[in-house]
Amino acid sequence: MKRLSVGSWLVGIVALLYFIVPLVATAQFSFQEGPGQPFWAAYTSILESAQFWQSLRLSLGMALAAVVIGLIVVVPAAYWAYLRVPQLKPWIEFVSILPFVVPPIVLVLGLVRLYASGFGPLSARVTMLMGAYGVVSLPYMFRSIDTGLRSMNVKALTEAALGMGASWTRIMFQVVLPNIRQSLLGGAFLTFALIMGEYAISSMLGFNTFGVYMLLTGQTQAQGAAALAIIAFILVWFFVAIMQWVSRNSITTIGGSR
Amino acid sequence: MAEVSLARAEPAVAQRVRGLVGAVWFLPLAVFSLIFLFLPSIGLFVGSVAGSHGATLTYYAQLFQAQYLDAYKVSVELSAATAIIGAFAGLVLAWAVVGGGLPRVLRPFTLTFSGVASNFAGIPLAFAFTSTLGPVGLVTVFLKSLHINLYAAGFSLFGFWGLVITYLYFQIPLMVLLIVPALDHLHTWREAATNLGATPFQFWRFVGLPILRLPLLGALMLLFGNSFGAYATAYALTSGMINLVPILIGQELSGNVVFSPSLADAMAVGMVLIMVAIFVVYLVANRRSVRWQS
Repeated sequence: MKRLSVGSWLVGIVALLYFIVPLVATAQFSFQEGPGQPFWAAYTSILESAQFWQSLRLSLGMALAAVVIGLIVVVPAAYWAYLRVPQLKPWIEFVSILPFVVPPIVLVLGLVRLYASGFGPLSARVTMLMGAYGVVSLPYMFRSIDTGLRSMNVKALTEAALGMGASWTRIMFQVVLPNIRQSLLGGAFLTFALIMGEYAISSMLGFNTFGVYMLLTGQTQAQGAAALAIIAFILVWFFVAIMQWVSRNSITTIGGSR
Repeated sequence: MAEVSLARAEPAVAQRVRGLVGAVWFLPLAVFSLIFLFLPSIGLFVGSVAGSHGATLTYYAQLFQAQYLDAYKVSVELSAATAIIGAFAGLVLAWAVVGGGLPRVLRPFTLTFSGVASNFAGIPLAFAFTSTLGPVGLVTVFLKSLHINLYAAGFSLFGFWGLVITYLYFQIPLMVLLIVPALDHLHTWREAATNLGATPFQFWRFVGLPILRLPLLGALMLLFGNSFGAYATAYALTSGMINLVPILIGQELSGNVVFSPSLADAMAVGMVLIMVAIFVVYLVANRRSVRWQS
Protein backbone atom coordinates (compact mmCIF):
# COMPACT_ATOMS: atom_id res chain seq x y z
CA MET A 1 0.00 0.00 0.00
CA LYS A 2 2.87 2.32 0.88
CA ARG A 3 4.64 1.69 -2.41
CA LEU A 4 1.47 2.27 -4.38
CA SER A 5 1.03 5.61 -2.69
CA VAL A 6 4.57 6.73 -3.57
CA GLY A 7 3.94 5.70 -7.17
CA SER A 8 0.69 7.67 -7.20
CA TRP A 9 2.44 10.78 -5.94
CA LEU A 10 5.06 10.41 -8.62
CA VAL A 11 2.36 10.10 -11.29
CA GLY A 12 0.56 13.11 -9.84
CA ILE A 13 3.68 15.27 -9.86
CA VAL A 14 4.66 14.33 -13.42
CA ALA A 15 1.10 15.02 -14.60
CA LEU A 16 1.04 18.34 -12.77
CA LEU A 17 4.30 19.35 -14.46
CA TYR A 18 3.11 18.32 -17.92
CA PHE A 19 -0.16 20.21 -17.59
CA ILE A 20 1.02 23.27 -15.67
CA VAL A 21 4.37 24.04 -17.31
CA PRO A 22 2.89 24.94 -20.74
CA LEU A 23 0.43 27.29 -19.06
CA VAL A 24 3.18 28.90 -16.98
CA ALA A 25 5.45 29.18 -20.02
CA THR A 26 2.68 30.73 -22.08
CA ALA A 27 1.78 33.21 -19.34
CA GLN A 28 5.44 34.08 -18.84
CA PHE A 29 5.89 34.61 -22.58
CA SER A 30 2.79 36.77 -22.82
CA PHE A 31 4.15 39.03 -20.04
CA GLN A 32 7.52 39.65 -21.70
CA GLU A 33 7.48 43.40 -22.04
CA GLY A 34 8.59 45.27 -25.11
CA PRO A 35 10.82 48.33 -24.68
CA GLY A 36 9.05 51.00 -22.60
CA GLN A 37 5.83 49.01 -22.23
CA PRO A 38 4.09 47.58 -19.17
CA PHE A 39 4.16 43.79 -18.83
CA TRP A 40 0.46 43.50 -19.65
CA ALA A 41 0.85 45.33 -22.98
CA ALA A 42 0.04 42.23 -25.06
CA TYR A 43 -3.29 41.87 -23.25
CA THR A 44 -4.36 45.50 -23.56
CA SER A 45 -3.54 45.56 -27.26
CA ILE A 46 -5.72 42.48 -27.78
CA LEU A 47 -8.59 43.59 -25.58
CA GLU A 48 -8.59 46.98 -27.26
CA SER A 49 -8.67 45.60 -30.78
CA ALA A 50 -12.05 45.69 -32.48
CA GLN A 51 -11.26 42.48 -34.38
CA PHE A 52 -10.91 40.54 -31.13
CA TRP A 53 -14.43 41.44 -30.04
CA GLN A 54 -15.90 41.07 -33.52
CA SER A 55 -14.45 37.60 -34.00
CA LEU A 56 -15.40 36.48 -30.50
CA ARG A 57 -18.94 37.77 -31.03
CA LEU A 58 -19.15 35.95 -34.38
CA SER A 59 -17.94 32.67 -32.85
CA LEU A 60 -20.27 32.86 -29.86
CA GLY A 61 -23.17 33.86 -32.12
CA MET A 62 -22.50 30.83 -34.30
CA ALA A 63 -22.27 28.63 -31.19
CA LEU A 64 -25.66 29.99 -30.12
CA ALA A 65 -27.02 29.18 -33.59
CA ALA A 66 -25.69 25.62 -33.22
CA VAL A 67 -27.47 25.31 -29.87
CA VAL A 68 -30.75 26.58 -31.38
CA ILE A 69 -30.40 24.17 -34.31
CA GLY A 70 -29.79 21.34 -31.85
CA LEU A 71 -32.93 22.35 -29.95
CA ILE A 72 -35.10 22.52 -33.05
CA VAL A 73 -33.98 19.24 -34.57
CA VAL A 74 -33.34 17.04 -31.53
CA VAL A 75 -36.01 18.02 -28.99
CA PRO A 76 -39.10 17.17 -31.11
CA ALA A 77 -37.65 13.88 -32.35
CA ALA A 78 -36.35 12.73 -28.98
CA TYR A 79 -39.52 13.84 -27.19
CA TRP A 80 -41.81 12.01 -29.59
CA ALA A 81 -39.66 8.91 -29.40
CA TYR A 82 -39.91 8.97 -25.59
CA LEU A 83 -43.66 9.56 -25.75
CA ARG A 84 -44.91 7.27 -28.50
CA VAL A 85 -42.26 5.35 -30.45
CA PRO A 86 -39.51 4.13 -28.12
CA GLN A 87 -38.34 1.72 -30.80
CA LEU A 88 -37.04 4.71 -32.77
CA LYS A 89 -34.83 5.91 -29.90
CA PRO A 90 -31.71 3.96 -30.96
CA TRP A 91 -32.05 5.38 -34.47
CA ILE A 92 -32.19 8.95 -33.26
CA GLU A 93 -29.16 8.29 -31.11
CA PHE A 94 -27.37 6.71 -34.06
CA VAL A 95 -28.01 9.70 -36.35
CA SER A 96 -26.98 12.08 -33.56
CA ILE A 97 -23.59 10.49 -33.03
CA LEU A 98 -22.87 9.96 -36.72
CA PRO A 99 -21.13 13.36 -37.07
CA PHE A 100 -18.29 11.75 -35.16
CA VAL A 101 -17.28 9.71 -38.22
CA VAL A 102 -17.14 12.77 -40.48
CA PRO A 103 -14.17 14.95 -39.45
CA PRO A 104 -14.83 18.73 -39.67
CA ILE A 105 -12.47 19.18 -42.62
CA VAL A 106 -14.33 16.44 -44.53
CA LEU A 107 -17.69 17.93 -43.59
CA VAL A 108 -16.77 21.37 -44.91
CA LEU A 109 -15.33 19.83 -48.08
CA GLY A 110 -18.60 18.00 -48.66
CA LEU A 111 -20.70 21.10 -48.03
CA VAL A 112 -18.62 23.30 -50.33
CA ARG A 113 -18.56 20.67 -53.10
CA LEU A 114 -22.30 20.16 -53.02
CA TYR A 115 -23.74 23.58 -52.28
CA ALA A 116 -21.10 26.05 -53.51
CA SER A 117 -23.46 27.51 -56.07
CA GLY A 118 -26.98 27.23 -57.38
CA PHE A 119 -28.76 26.16 -54.20
CA GLY A 120 -30.17 29.53 -53.16
CA PRO A 121 -29.94 30.12 -49.41
CA LEU A 122 -28.05 26.83 -48.98
CA SER A 123 -25.22 28.28 -51.04
CA ALA A 124 -24.75 31.17 -48.62
CA ARG A 125 -21.53 30.62 -46.71
CA VAL A 126 -23.19 31.56 -43.45
CA THR A 127 -25.79 28.81 -43.91
CA MET A 128 -23.01 26.29 -44.46
CA LEU A 129 -21.17 27.54 -41.37
CA MET A 130 -24.26 27.34 -39.14
CA GLY A 131 -25.19 23.94 -40.58
CA ALA A 132 -21.68 22.57 -40.06
CA TYR A 133 -21.58 23.83 -36.47
CA GLY A 134 -25.01 22.34 -35.91
CA VAL A 135 -23.69 19.00 -37.14
CA VAL A 136 -20.50 19.18 -35.05
CA SER A 137 -22.42 19.90 -31.84
CA LEU A 138 -25.26 17.46 -32.59
CA PRO A 139 -23.83 14.56 -30.52
CA TYR A 140 -23.49 16.72 -27.42
CA MET A 141 -26.85 18.43 -27.82
CA PHE A 142 -28.43 15.00 -28.23
CA ARG A 143 -26.69 13.64 -25.17
CA SER A 144 -27.81 16.50 -22.95
CA ILE A 145 -31.40 16.50 -24.25
CA ASP A 146 -31.58 12.73 -23.85
CA THR A 147 -30.36 13.02 -20.25
CA GLY A 148 -32.98 15.67 -19.56
CA LEU A 149 -35.85 13.68 -21.06
CA ARG A 150 -34.82 10.53 -19.23
CA SER A 151 -34.96 12.29 -15.88
CA MET A 152 -38.49 13.65 -16.41
CA ASN A 153 -41.64 11.58 -16.69
CA VAL A 154 -42.45 12.38 -20.31
CA LYS A 155 -45.58 10.25 -20.57
CA ALA A 156 -47.29 11.24 -17.33
CA LEU A 157 -46.58 14.95 -17.72
CA THR A 158 -47.74 15.00 -21.35
CA GLU A 159 -50.93 13.11 -20.61
CA ALA A 160 -51.71 15.38 -17.68
CA ALA A 161 -51.21 18.43 -19.87
CA LEU A 162 -53.26 16.95 -22.72
CA GLY A 163 -56.02 16.05 -20.30
CA MET A 164 -56.20 19.65 -19.17
CA GLY A 165 -56.54 20.73 -22.79
CA ALA A 166 -53.05 22.10 -23.43
CA SER A 167 -51.95 22.45 -27.04
CA TRP A 168 -48.75 20.79 -28.31
CA THR A 169 -46.97 24.14 -28.55
CA ARG A 170 -47.90 24.87 -24.98
CA ILE A 171 -46.72 21.43 -23.83
CA MET A 172 -43.41 22.00 -25.61
CA PHE A 173 -42.73 25.42 -24.12
CA GLN A 174 -44.32 25.10 -20.70
CA VAL A 175 -43.79 21.44 -19.85
CA VAL A 176 -40.95 19.85 -21.80
CA LEU A 177 -38.42 22.67 -22.17
CA PRO A 178 -38.60 23.86 -18.53
CA ASN A 179 -38.11 20.29 -17.36
CA ILE A 180 -34.99 19.67 -19.41
CA ARG A 181 -33.65 23.21 -18.87
CA GLN A 182 -30.75 22.12 -16.71
CA SER A 183 -29.27 19.51 -18.99
CA LEU A 184 -29.93 21.78 -21.97
CA LEU A 185 -27.81 24.49 -20.36
CA GLY A 186 -25.06 21.95 -19.84
CA GLY A 187 -25.13 21.01 -23.53
CA ALA A 188 -25.25 24.66 -24.54
CA PHE A 189 -22.15 25.64 -22.59
CA LEU A 190 -20.30 22.59 -23.86
CA THR A 191 -21.17 23.67 -27.41
CA PHE A 192 -19.84 27.15 -26.60
CA ALA A 193 -16.54 25.68 -25.44
CA LEU A 194 -16.40 23.47 -28.53
CA ILE A 195 -17.27 26.06 -31.18
CA MET A 196 -15.51 29.07 -29.67
CA GLY A 197 -12.02 28.26 -30.99
CA GLU A 198 -13.09 26.29 -34.06
CA TYR A 199 -10.74 26.83 -36.99
CA ALA A 200 -10.95 24.25 -39.82
CA ILE A 201 -14.54 24.87 -40.93
CA SER A 202 -14.63 28.64 -40.56
CA SER A 203 -11.25 29.25 -42.21
CA MET A 204 -12.26 27.15 -45.22
CA LEU A 205 -15.50 29.10 -45.52
CA GLY A 206 -13.64 32.41 -45.17
CA PHE A 207 -15.03 33.67 -41.86
CA ASN A 208 -13.08 35.66 -39.31
CA THR A 209 -14.12 33.59 -36.33
CA PHE A 210 -12.22 33.69 -33.06
CA GLY A 211 -10.08 30.72 -34.14
CA VAL A 212 -9.13 32.39 -37.43
CA TYR A 213 -8.46 35.69 -35.65
CA MET A 214 -6.18 33.91 -33.18
CA LEU A 215 -4.13 32.32 -35.95
CA LEU A 216 -3.81 35.55 -37.95
CA THR A 217 -2.81 37.55 -34.86
CA GLY A 218 -0.37 34.88 -33.72
CA GLN A 219 1.42 34.91 -37.06
CA THR A 220 2.44 38.54 -36.59
CA GLN A 221 2.66 39.01 -32.80
CA ALA A 222 4.51 36.44 -30.74
CA GLN A 223 3.45 37.87 -27.35
CA GLY A 224 -0.07 38.36 -28.68
CA ALA A 225 -0.25 34.67 -29.55
CA ALA A 226 0.70 33.69 -26.02
CA ALA A 227 -1.77 36.18 -24.53
CA LEU A 228 -4.53 34.82 -26.79
CA ALA A 229 -3.75 31.26 -25.69
CA ILE A 230 -4.19 32.34 -22.05
CA ILE A 231 -7.42 34.20 -22.85
CA ALA A 232 -8.76 31.17 -24.74
CA PHE A 233 -7.84 28.90 -21.85
CA ILE A 234 -9.72 31.13 -19.41
CA LEU A 235 -12.77 31.21 -21.71
CA VAL A 236 -12.78 27.41 -22.10
CA TRP A 237 -12.38 27.04 -18.33
CA PHE A 238 -15.33 29.40 -17.84
CA PHE A 239 -17.63 27.48 -20.19
CA VAL A 240 -16.62 24.03 -18.99
CA ALA A 241 -16.91 25.02 -15.32
CA ILE A 242 -20.44 26.34 -15.90
CA MET A 243 -21.30 23.21 -17.90
CA GLN A 244 -20.09 20.91 -15.11
CA TRP A 245 -21.73 23.00 -12.42
CA VAL A 246 -25.08 23.10 -14.22
CA SER A 247 -25.30 19.49 -15.35
CA ARG A 248 -23.29 17.88 -12.53
CA ASN A 249 -21.46 15.59 -14.89
CA SER A 250 -18.71 15.99 -17.39
CA ILE A 251 -19.65 15.11 -20.94
CA THR A 252 -16.60 14.26 -23.00
CA THR A 253 -16.15 15.85 -26.39
CA ILE A 254 -14.55 14.23 -29.41
CA GLY A 255 -13.33 15.93 -32.56
CA GLY A 256 -14.66 19.44 -32.95
CA SER A 257 -12.15 22.26 -32.84
CA ARG A 258 -9.01 20.15 -32.72
CA MET B 1 -63.90 16.90 -37.69
CA ALA B 2 -63.18 14.93 -40.84
CA GLU B 3 -60.48 13.00 -39.05
CA VAL B 4 -62.79 11.96 -36.23
CA SER B 5 -65.48 10.58 -38.53
CA LEU B 6 -62.76 8.85 -40.51
CA ALA B 7 -61.51 7.22 -37.34
CA ARG B 8 -64.92 5.72 -36.66
CA ALA B 9 -65.34 4.43 -40.17
CA GLU B 10 -61.84 3.16 -40.92
CA PRO B 11 -59.61 2.55 -37.89
CA ALA B 12 -56.72 1.30 -40.07
CA VAL B 13 -56.67 4.46 -42.18
CA ALA B 14 -56.94 6.62 -39.10
CA GLN B 15 -53.97 4.86 -37.59
CA ARG B 16 -51.99 5.52 -40.74
CA VAL B 17 -52.96 9.20 -40.57
CA ARG B 18 -51.93 9.41 -36.93
CA GLY B 19 -48.64 7.75 -37.78
CA LEU B 20 -47.99 10.33 -40.48
CA VAL B 21 -48.84 13.17 -38.11
CA GLY B 22 -46.38 11.65 -35.66
CA ALA B 23 -43.70 11.54 -38.32
CA VAL B 24 -43.79 15.34 -38.41
CA TRP B 25 -41.88 15.32 -35.10
CA PHE B 26 -38.95 13.58 -36.75
CA LEU B 27 -38.95 15.82 -39.79
CA PRO B 28 -36.53 18.52 -38.52
CA LEU B 29 -33.86 15.98 -37.57
CA ALA B 30 -34.34 14.03 -40.78
CA VAL B 31 -34.21 17.10 -43.04
CA PHE B 32 -31.30 18.70 -41.20
CA SER B 33 -29.12 15.60 -41.14
CA LEU B 34 -29.99 14.87 -44.75
CA ILE B 35 -28.99 18.34 -45.98
CA PHE B 36 -25.94 18.94 -43.83
CA LEU B 37 -24.57 15.47 -43.18
CA PHE B 38 -25.82 12.70 -45.47
CA LEU B 39 -26.05 14.48 -48.83
CA PRO B 40 -22.60 16.12 -48.53
CA SER B 41 -21.09 12.77 -47.58
CA ILE B 42 -22.82 11.02 -50.47
CA GLY B 43 -21.73 13.89 -52.72
CA LEU B 44 -18.10 13.28 -51.77
CA PHE B 45 -18.45 9.61 -52.57
CA VAL B 46 -20.08 10.35 -55.94
CA GLY B 47 -17.38 12.92 -56.70
CA SER B 48 -14.67 10.42 -55.88
CA VAL B 49 -15.90 7.78 -58.33
CA ALA B 50 -17.21 10.06 -61.10
CA GLY B 51 -14.87 10.01 -64.08
CA SER B 52 -15.39 11.66 -67.44
CA HIS B 53 -16.69 8.36 -68.83
CA GLY B 54 -18.83 6.95 -66.05
CA ALA B 55 -17.74 5.45 -62.74
CA THR B 56 -14.03 5.01 -62.12
CA LEU B 57 -11.68 3.93 -59.37
CA THR B 58 -8.79 5.96 -60.79
CA TYR B 59 -8.75 8.37 -57.88
CA TYR B 60 -8.64 5.62 -55.30
CA ALA B 61 -5.76 4.09 -57.23
CA GLN B 62 -4.02 7.48 -57.09
CA LEU B 63 -4.28 7.41 -53.29
CA PHE B 64 -1.61 4.72 -53.41
CA GLN B 65 0.94 7.12 -54.87
CA ALA B 66 3.81 7.75 -52.47
CA GLN B 67 2.78 11.23 -51.28
CA TYR B 68 -0.82 10.36 -50.45
CA LEU B 69 0.00 6.97 -49.03
CA ASP B 70 2.55 8.66 -46.81
CA ALA B 71 -0.09 11.15 -45.62
CA TYR B 72 -2.34 8.29 -44.56
CA LYS B 73 0.59 6.54 -42.93
CA VAL B 74 1.63 9.61 -40.93
CA SER B 75 -2.00 10.34 -39.97
CA VAL B 76 -2.55 6.81 -38.74
CA GLU B 77 0.81 6.71 -36.92
CA LEU B 78 0.17 10.04 -35.24
CA SER B 79 -3.31 8.97 -34.14
CA ALA B 80 -2.11 5.56 -32.97
CA ALA B 81 0.84 7.01 -31.04
CA THR B 82 -1.25 9.68 -29.30
CA ALA B 83 -4.07 7.21 -28.62
CA ILE B 84 -1.82 4.52 -27.12
CA ILE B 85 0.38 6.87 -25.08
CA GLY B 86 -2.61 8.99 -24.11
CA ALA B 87 -4.65 5.97 -23.05
CA PHE B 88 -1.84 4.54 -20.95
CA ALA B 89 -0.92 7.86 -19.31
CA GLY B 90 -4.58 8.73 -18.78
CA LEU B 91 -5.29 5.34 -17.22
CA VAL B 92 -2.34 5.63 -14.82
CA LEU B 93 -3.28 9.20 -13.89
CA ALA B 94 -6.94 8.33 -13.42
CA TRP B 95 -6.05 5.34 -11.23
CA ALA B 96 -3.71 7.48 -9.12
CA VAL B 97 -6.55 9.92 -8.50
CA VAL B 98 -9.49 7.50 -8.24
CA GLY B 99 -7.76 4.44 -6.79
CA GLY B 100 -6.95 6.13 -3.49
CA GLY B 101 -3.23 6.75 -3.92
CA LEU B 102 -3.72 10.52 -3.90
CA PRO B 103 -5.83 12.70 -1.56
CA ARG B 104 -9.53 12.63 -2.43
CA VAL B 105 -9.72 16.41 -2.77
CA LEU B 106 -7.74 16.09 -6.00
CA ARG B 107 -10.54 14.16 -7.68
CA PRO B 108 -12.98 17.00 -8.50
CA PHE B 109 -10.09 19.23 -9.46
CA THR B 110 -8.66 16.60 -11.82
CA LEU B 111 -12.05 16.02 -13.44
CA THR B 112 -12.73 19.73 -13.98
CA PHE B 113 -9.24 20.32 -15.30
CA SER B 114 -9.62 17.33 -17.63
CA GLY B 115 -12.85 18.79 -18.96
CA VAL B 116 -11.06 22.06 -19.67
CA ALA B 117 -7.85 20.61 -21.10
CA SER B 118 -9.67 18.15 -23.37
CA ASN B 119 -11.44 21.15 -24.89
CA PHE B 120 -8.35 23.37 -24.95
CA ALA B 121 -7.18 22.47 -28.42
CA GLY B 122 -6.49 23.84 -31.84
CA ILE B 123 -4.87 27.24 -32.36
CA PRO B 124 -4.39 28.31 -28.69
CA LEU B 125 -2.91 24.92 -27.79
CA ALA B 126 -0.39 25.27 -30.62
CA PHE B 127 0.55 28.72 -29.30
CA ALA B 128 0.94 27.42 -25.76
CA PHE B 129 3.32 24.67 -26.84
CA THR B 130 5.28 27.06 -29.05
CA SER B 131 5.86 29.17 -25.92
CA THR B 132 6.93 26.03 -24.07
CA LEU B 133 8.89 23.79 -26.42
CA GLY B 134 9.39 26.00 -29.47
CA PRO B 135 12.93 27.04 -30.45
CA VAL B 136 12.81 29.90 -27.90
CA GLY B 137 10.24 28.32 -25.58
CA LEU B 138 10.63 28.42 -21.82
CA VAL B 139 11.50 24.73 -21.40
CA THR B 140 13.82 24.70 -24.43
CA VAL B 141 15.76 27.69 -23.06
CA PHE B 142 15.80 26.25 -19.54
CA LEU B 143 17.18 22.93 -20.77
CA LYS B 144 19.76 24.76 -22.84
CA SER B 145 21.02 26.42 -19.65
CA LEU B 146 21.55 22.86 -18.35
CA HIS B 147 23.48 22.13 -21.56
CA ILE B 148 20.70 20.00 -22.99
CA ASN B 149 20.05 21.25 -26.50
CA LEU B 150 16.77 19.72 -27.66
CA TYR B 151 16.87 21.09 -31.17
CA ALA B 152 20.50 20.13 -31.72
CA ALA B 153 19.55 16.62 -30.58
CA GLY B 154 17.06 16.41 -33.42
CA PHE B 155 13.83 17.26 -31.62
CA SER B 156 11.45 19.69 -33.24
CA LEU B 157 8.07 20.80 -31.93
CA PHE B 158 7.00 21.08 -35.55
CA GLY B 159 7.74 17.44 -36.38
CA PHE B 160 6.03 14.16 -35.57
CA TRP B 161 7.01 13.84 -31.89
CA GLY B 162 6.37 17.51 -31.29
CA LEU B 163 2.84 16.98 -32.51
CA VAL B 164 2.51 13.88 -30.31
CA ILE B 165 3.55 15.80 -27.19
CA THR B 166 1.12 18.59 -28.07
CA TYR B 167 -1.82 16.29 -28.87
CA LEU B 168 -1.34 14.49 -25.55
CA TYR B 169 -2.44 17.69 -23.84
CA PHE B 170 -6.00 16.94 -24.93
CA GLN B 171 -5.71 13.16 -25.33
CA ILE B 172 -4.67 12.35 -21.73
CA PRO B 173 -7.50 14.42 -20.16
CA LEU B 174 -9.99 12.85 -22.56
CA MET B 175 -8.81 9.42 -21.45
CA VAL B 176 -9.19 10.41 -17.80
CA LEU B 177 -12.79 11.49 -18.41
CA LEU B 178 -13.58 8.34 -20.39
CA ILE B 179 -12.07 5.84 -17.98
CA VAL B 180 -12.95 7.28 -14.54
CA PRO B 181 -16.48 5.80 -14.57
CA ALA B 182 -15.05 2.32 -15.30
CA LEU B 183 -12.40 2.78 -12.59
CA ASP B 184 -15.02 3.82 -10.05
CA HIS B 185 -16.70 0.55 -10.83
CA LEU B 186 -13.37 -1.27 -10.45
CA HIS B 187 -12.75 0.23 -7.03
CA THR B 188 -15.40 -1.95 -5.38
CA TRP B 189 -13.96 -5.02 -7.10
CA ARG B 190 -10.56 -4.28 -5.67
CA GLU B 191 -11.92 -4.09 -2.14
CA ALA B 192 -13.60 -7.45 -2.65
CA ALA B 193 -10.45 -9.00 -4.12
CA THR B 194 -8.21 -7.59 -1.38
CA ASN B 195 -10.54 -8.87 1.32
CA LEU B 196 -10.28 -12.32 -0.24
CA GLY B 197 -6.51 -12.06 -0.01
CA ALA B 198 -5.55 -11.19 -3.58
CA THR B 199 -2.19 -9.51 -4.16
CA PRO B 200 -2.15 -6.38 -6.33
CA PHE B 201 -0.69 -8.46 -9.18
CA GLN B 202 -3.40 -11.09 -8.85
CA PHE B 203 -6.05 -8.39 -8.72
CA TRP B 204 -4.87 -6.76 -11.96
CA ARG B 205 -4.18 -10.05 -13.72
CA PHE B 206 -7.44 -11.81 -12.91
CA VAL B 207 -9.92 -9.03 -12.13
CA GLY B 208 -8.83 -5.52 -13.10
CA LEU B 209 -7.61 -5.94 -16.65
CA PRO B 210 -10.32 -8.40 -17.74
CA ILE B 211 -12.97 -5.94 -16.54
CA LEU B 212 -11.22 -2.97 -18.13
CA ARG B 213 -10.45 -4.68 -21.43
CA LEU B 214 -13.53 -3.50 -23.29
CA PRO B 215 -13.75 0.02 -21.82
CA LEU B 216 -10.04 0.41 -22.66
CA LEU B 217 -10.59 -0.73 -26.23
CA GLY B 218 -13.52 1.68 -26.61
CA ALA B 219 -11.53 4.57 -25.18
CA LEU B 220 -8.57 3.77 -27.47
CA MET B 221 -10.89 4.01 -30.49
CA LEU B 222 -12.30 7.36 -29.38
CA LEU B 223 -8.82 8.73 -28.78
CA PHE B 224 -7.69 7.54 -32.19
CA GLY B 225 -10.64 9.18 -33.91
CA ASN B 226 -10.18 12.33 -31.87
CA SER B 227 -6.68 12.78 -33.21
CA PHE B 228 -7.31 11.42 -36.70
CA GLY B 229 -9.68 14.22 -37.69
CA ALA B 230 -7.69 16.96 -35.95
CA TYR B 231 -6.73 19.81 -38.24
CA ALA B 232 -6.23 23.12 -36.45
CA THR B 233 -3.50 22.07 -34.00
CA ALA B 234 -1.36 20.44 -36.66
CA TYR B 235 -1.92 23.27 -39.11
CA ALA B 236 -1.02 26.00 -36.62
CA LEU B 237 2.05 24.17 -35.31
CA THR B 238 3.58 23.22 -38.64
CA SER B 239 2.14 26.06 -40.78
CA GLY B 240 0.56 23.31 -42.85
CA MET B 241 3.93 21.75 -43.65
CA ILE B 242 3.28 18.27 -42.27
CA ASN B 243 1.94 15.58 -44.56
CA LEU B 244 -1.37 14.64 -42.94
CA VAL B 245 -4.60 13.75 -44.73
CA PRO B 246 -6.65 16.61 -43.17
CA ILE B 247 -3.90 19.10 -44.11
CA LEU B 248 -3.88 17.86 -47.72
CA ILE B 249 -7.67 18.17 -47.93
CA GLY B 250 -7.41 21.66 -46.47
CA GLN B 251 -4.82 22.64 -49.07
CA GLU B 252 -7.06 21.54 -51.88
CA LEU B 253 -10.07 23.30 -50.38
CA SER B 254 -8.28 26.61 -49.85
CA GLY B 255 -6.86 26.44 -53.36
CA ASN B 256 -3.20 26.50 -52.29
CA VAL B 257 -2.34 23.41 -54.27
CA VAL B 258 -4.04 22.35 -57.42
CA PHE B 259 -4.67 18.68 -57.62
CA SER B 260 -7.77 17.04 -58.92
CA PRO B 261 -10.87 17.80 -56.79
CA SER B 262 -11.92 14.18 -57.23
CA LEU B 263 -8.67 13.10 -55.59
CA ALA B 264 -9.51 15.24 -52.54
CA ASP B 265 -12.96 13.63 -52.49
CA ALA B 266 -11.39 10.18 -52.55
CA MET B 267 -9.04 11.19 -49.74
CA ALA B 268 -11.98 12.41 -47.68
CA VAL B 269 -13.94 9.21 -48.32
CA GLY B 270 -10.88 7.25 -47.23
CA MET B 271 -10.84 9.20 -43.95
CA VAL B 272 -14.53 8.54 -43.37
CA LEU B 273 -14.06 4.82 -44.04
CA ILE B 274 -11.27 4.63 -41.45
CA MET B 275 -13.43 6.56 -38.97
CA VAL B 276 -16.36 4.20 -39.61
CA ALA B 277 -14.15 1.18 -38.91
CA ILE B 278 -12.89 2.78 -35.68
CA PHE B 279 -16.42 3.69 -34.68
CA VAL B 280 -17.82 0.21 -35.28
CA VAL B 281 -15.16 -1.28 -33.00
CA TYR B 282 -16.01 1.36 -30.41
CA LEU B 283 -19.76 0.63 -30.58
CA VAL B 284 -19.24 -3.11 -30.24
CA ALA B 285 -16.80 -2.70 -27.33
CA ASN B 286 -19.09 -0.20 -25.63
CA ARG B 287 -22.19 -2.34 -26.02
CA ARG B 288 -20.52 -5.47 -24.71
CA SER B 289 -19.01 -3.72 -21.71
CA VAL B 290 -22.35 -2.14 -20.82
CA ARG B 291 -24.08 -5.50 -21.09
CA TRP B 292 -21.41 -7.16 -18.98
CA GLN B 293 -21.58 -4.62 -16.21
CA SER B 294 -25.33 -4.58 -15.82
